[in-house]
Amino acid sequence: MPGLRALLPVYVALLALLATTLGASYLPLGGWSPVVSTAVALAKAALIAGFFMELRLEGAALRLAVFAGLFMCAILLVMSSVDPLTR
Amino acid sequence: MSRAAASPPLVPPAKQEHDATLFGMGIFLASEFLLFGGLFTILVFYRIVHGHEVVEASKELHLWIGALNTVVLLTSSLAAALAAKSAKDGDQRLTQRLLLAAAALGAVFLVIKAGEYSLEYGDGMLPVPGGGGQLVEPLSRLFMNIYLVATGLHAVHLTIGIGLFVFTAFRIWHRSIRLPQDQLSIVVPTLYWHLVDIVWIFLYPALYLQR
Repeated sequence: MPGLRALLPVYVALLALLATTLGASYLPLGGWSPVVSTAVALAKAALIAGFFMELRLEGAALRLAVFAGLFMCAILLVMSSVDPLTR
Repeated sequence: MSRAAASPPLVPPAKQEHDATLFGMGIFLASEFLLFGGLFTILVFYRIVHGHEVVEASKELHLWIGALNTVVLLTSSLAAALAAKSAKDGDQRLTQRLLLAAAALGAVFLVIKAGEYSLEYGDGMLPVPGGGGQLVEPLSRLFMNIYLVATGLHAVHLTIGIGLFVFTAFRIWHRSIRLPQDQLSIVVPTLYWHLVDIVWIFLYPALYLQR
């Protein structure tokens, strides 16, 4: 099958990251637990975007549009967290 | 020199069409990020403001059912990525089979999710009429409301994705899509599918793994 040789390691890495986030959820990380699980989720999303969606091979326009969406999400998330974190 | 000869060709060059189509898809994906990003932000906000209650509510969810569903969805994304590759190679038959395999895995996800909902309904944990008897704490009810809205919206997206894949596989069979020249008709639905997968990747820890 074309591409299987290239994509299978990515798939295995995704499963390993799932195991990591599951394992980490049992560790007593307290307030760091959501930080760790979100970091793992970001890594999984990057693997899917780069290798499954092949954004790394696509033109600047598509990457720019996706990046703009992510940037807006980051603004939403950071601005909304500033108030409760600094109370 | 005639006018017709001087005017630019009406059919855009393939590269330009390719880039324009994917740019449009990129804008759509960005709008979806913001839709689910809002829900994710609410979950982060809850966790910061009501940490203890969120952890207690999250522990009630079936973590391993969610993990199994993550594996199912990651596998379906692999099939979708392989479908896009074989479409670029012009293998119509393989593309069709991979699309149907991904759609079938999507259906498996929905069946497992429905089973999970019915377990929660039986436990009195689902905030629907007749199903939320155990949700006496206002904050755990709030958490389960977000859970239901987020996973429900995700399931709607997945259902649309399954429909897209089955329809695209039908169009290959019907020969209204010819590969590799019509490869964008495969690539665009698979981009959507990966988006739905990425949404789940963020929802899973935000809902199930709050410890």
